[in-house]
Amino acid sequence: MTISNSRPITPELIAAHGLKPDEYERILSLIGREPTFTELGIFSAMWNEHCSYKSSKKWLRTLPTKGPRVIQGPGENAGVVDIDDGDVVVFKMESHNHPSYIEPYQGAATGVGGILRDVFTMGARPIAAMNALRFGAPDHPKTRHLVSGVVAGVGGYGNSFGVPTVGGEVEFDPRYNGNILVNAFAAGLAKSDAIFLSEAKGVGLPVVYLGAKTGRDGVGGATMASAEFDESIEEKRPTVQVGDPFTEKCLLEACLELMKTGAVIAIQDMGAAGLTCSAVEMGAKGDLGIELNLDLVPVREDRMTAYEMMLSESQERMLMVLEPEREEVAKAIFVKWGLDFAIVGHTTDDLRFRILHQGEEVANLPIKDLGDQAPEYDRPWREPGKPAPLPASLVAEPNDYGLALLKLVGSPNQSSRRWVYEQYDTLIQGNSLQIPGGDAGVVRVEGHPTKALAFSSDVTPRYVEADPFEGGKQAVAECWRNITATGAEPLAATDNLNFGNPEKPDTMGQFVKAIQGIGEACRALDFPIVSGNVSLYNETNGVAILPTPTIAGVGLLPDWSTMARIGGANAGDQIVLIGADGSHLGQSVYLRDVLGIVDGPAPEVDLVIERRNGDFVRSAIRNGQFSACHDISSGGLAVALAEMAMASGKGMEISLKDCNGPAHALLFGEDQARYVVAMPADMANFLCANTEGAGVPFRRLGTVGGTDLVIDDLLRVSIEQLRDTHESWFPDFMDGSSNAAAAAE
Amino acid sequence: MKSAVVQLPGLNRDRDMIAALTKIGGKAPVTVWQTETEIPAGVDLIVIPGGFSYGDYLRCGAIAARMPVMQAIKAKADAGVKVLGVCNGFQILLEAGMLPGALMRNASLKFVCREIRLEVANADTAFTSAYAQGQVLRCPVAHHDGNYFADPETMAKIEGNGQVVFRYAEGTNPNGSMNDIAGVINEKGNVLGMMPHPENLIEAAHGGSDGRGLFASALDVIAA
Repeated sequence: MTISNSRPITPELIAAHGLKPDEYERILSLIGREPTFTELGIFSAMWNEHCSYKSSKKWLRTLPTKGPRVIQGPGENAGVVDIDDGDVVVFKMESHNHPSYIEPYQGAATGVGGILRDVFTMGARPIAAMNALRFGAPDHPKTRHLVSGVVAGVGGYGNSFGVPTVGGEVEFDPRYNGNILVNAFAAGLAKSDAIFLSEAKGVGLPVVYLGAKTGRDGVGGATMASAEFDESIEEKRPTVQVGDPFTEKCLLEACLELMKTGAVIAIQDMGAAGLTCSAVEMGAKGDLGIELNLDLVPVREDRMTAYEMMLSESQERMLMVLEPEREEVAKAIFVKWGLDFAIVGHTTDDLRFRILHQGEEVANLPIKDLGDQAPEYDRPWREPGKPAPLPASLVAEPNDYGLALLKLVGSPNQSSRRWVYEQYDTLIQGNSLQIPGGDAGVVRVEGHPTKALAFSSDVTPRYVEADPFEGGKQAVAECWRNITATGAEPLAATDNLNFGNPEKPDTMGQFVKAIQGIGEACRALDFPIVSGNVSLYNETNGVAILPTPTIAGVGLLPDWSTMARIGGANAGDQIVLIGADGSHLGQSVYLRDVLGIVDGPAPEVDLVIERRNGDFVRSAIRNGQFSACHDISSGGLAVALAEMAMASGKGMEISLKDCNGPAHALLFGEDQARYVVAMPADMANFLCANTEGAGVPFRRLGTVGGTDLVIDDLLRVSIEQLRDTHESWFPDFMDGSSNAAAAAE
Repeated sequence: MKSAVVQLPGLNRDRDMIAALTKIGGKAPVTVWQTETEIPAGVDLIVIPGGFSYGDYLRCGAIAARMPVMQAIKAKADAGVKVLGVCNGFQILLEAGMLPGALMRNASLKFVCREIRLEVANADTAFTSAYAQGQVLRCPVAHHDGNYFADPETMAKIEGNGQVVFRYAEGTNPNGSMNDIAGVINEKGNVLGMMPHPENLIEAAHGGSDGRGLFASALDVIAA
């Protein structure tokens, strides 16, 4: 008995596919007839926000994507950047927000799986992963469940696949109560002459299906990304895919083995909208048509319709165009790894996307209009307003500086993330030089005696909310700064732009201004965007997330033996502030978490100063002049000093007597382009003279020693107490203990 | 000394192990694939590395223990060849009945990756001769199922025989293991299983080299 592929096309069915009436009109005029049910599904998958970038494309084009080291910018599975000696780093960040809210373990796991696949699809062996996670308020009833599931899912997939997780972010804010963010980053290493792309070449060549079998999981998943959430979202659980890291690890080894044989002409992983999206991308990019026969697709469920097969988001699958004479070699490799290998179609010269099922043609569509010529919108947007200035003189000082610092280091957002990162394998592959807990993760380049890569993921959503333009700049600058703080040269970045509903002009305004800020900072810092992902409609019942453009960057250390660490300070070292005195308390965590106020403008980023201070710090690190280095970010100088003291286990005697301004602004101000560094006293004398000429502010703050962090007569806190407070919030919170609840208030 | 590293689908610390054996032994190990029924001649040390063999979708190591290659490893072990199982390799050796006891899910129920302290409880073995009795080493762990358990009889026997080779020291037991057991050896003294990863602490880049002694002992070279 044949499976019925036909279903009447009603306005309700069209709406259920997330297609607007004008988009449906466009389909009718494109194909000159009513689409079949399968065709409607294909259009919905290709024209949704996730695959088509229809609301964002206009603005993404304004980002700088080129540079002397950029080999492949946006548009492929991942960006490719030259790291000398014929080596390249391949990387990208991608969101899996909507699925992770609905089914946290599998949503996060398949997010990690998807990004790893993007990287090895290009011929690179994954060497590092990061995850930027954002959850609702700690006291929201769903938060612990989501944290526990997402962290276990990230670890469950990455640990089994065998990639070290070397960095990331975990943040809480009530604005993520209805929409959490799971942004997964992966980087891999390849040779510059062995990079694989998705562009198909040659007519009549076999299109090969590889990897796991196709099931009904994830059917319609990508369309989730084109709508806001409401209470009914739980009903979408069946559209979340299920991950199988074991198969992915086998797929990695099989793909890399096959690529070495020279049999691969084009390769595309099956991610969102699975078979549809991968086949269309390969064909459309290569100006070729594709014909697929679904009777040949390996399936793990009976009686699947053409619609289900084309929209399945079953994981761990790949599509390739192969050299026909190497088919047998390729098949043998996949059989060895226990994976499916099936020739399911061929390339054609007619630019049509043709699908056969049970001898019937169930789809015949113009491939270019599905892919690179999909609709594009210039959505109306409104210029965001700016908060009034908030001078430090209008902000209250804390009653007790010691308690204020302890409150910050033990707060939900500034406390140690050890509970999270100890669930990730940070050491596998034996190349991890710096694991989470410092400024950036660092991994050495296997096969090279001295080279290493630094990775950091950053954004401060409260700044972006207050000022999308400055917030966009700051996300780039902080990422650049964290990489610089290890001594690495920031090379390029990937952006993961998480926003609310773009059909609202205010949200679209945030998006536009944030991109403009990101672009300006990337240009000023020579830090191009080489890959990325946009996640819109992060909104539930009309409440949007904080605008969260996550920036994940990669830097190069020519010699890791001179790299700086947060905890390297030695007793007797001088502590020096590189950069201006703290003054800006608007949108600071001091204001939010100590005083309970959200107010004021975001700190401004002067990109010229950012670059000058950063270039100075990097060159001093490379000259071996610093024993420790840490950037100043949320919590200001006080939190940076405390973090360095906790990491080194050594106290500090600090004095602010040479600094200008009120103490609370000096200690908690979140002014940008600043670092705290430690160095021997004679080195401080030498460098102090140097910085005068370079125009880099160089402020001696005190010395390393003892067991307490002491700042004038303002505060004295023992390292032990700092550590206890810093380390206890997360485990207490996850255990449901009352201490954490009190600290979260 | 000739060493071999067993490669099963899903194992993922094989590359770390190959690097450690090569760097310390001065010679790359041979690799042995899941379907092989013979271990190459002249191999003196067989290593089953860590990972998630066959996804660990049954009990950890249970599927691997039933693969043809395990018969070949057993035969070699019976003939006196040294066998080292680390992490998933330890789990596999237990499932194959080559070592006593069992490994349960960590008491925390969570995967744990951190550095612990490892006490050499028996320095008089072919795997620990480069260490001093009672020496405390730094060593990382990375596992979800490392909670060692044995029935009272077995426990009394392995403790009495000196079959406990490594213990978690100084309150660093990361998984709830009975008697802080981190590694056990068979009665004959040629099959060692351990949860921690000495292969990830062998050089300056790892921040220490406490793990070298184990490979130096097993490969019969100077630890350096």
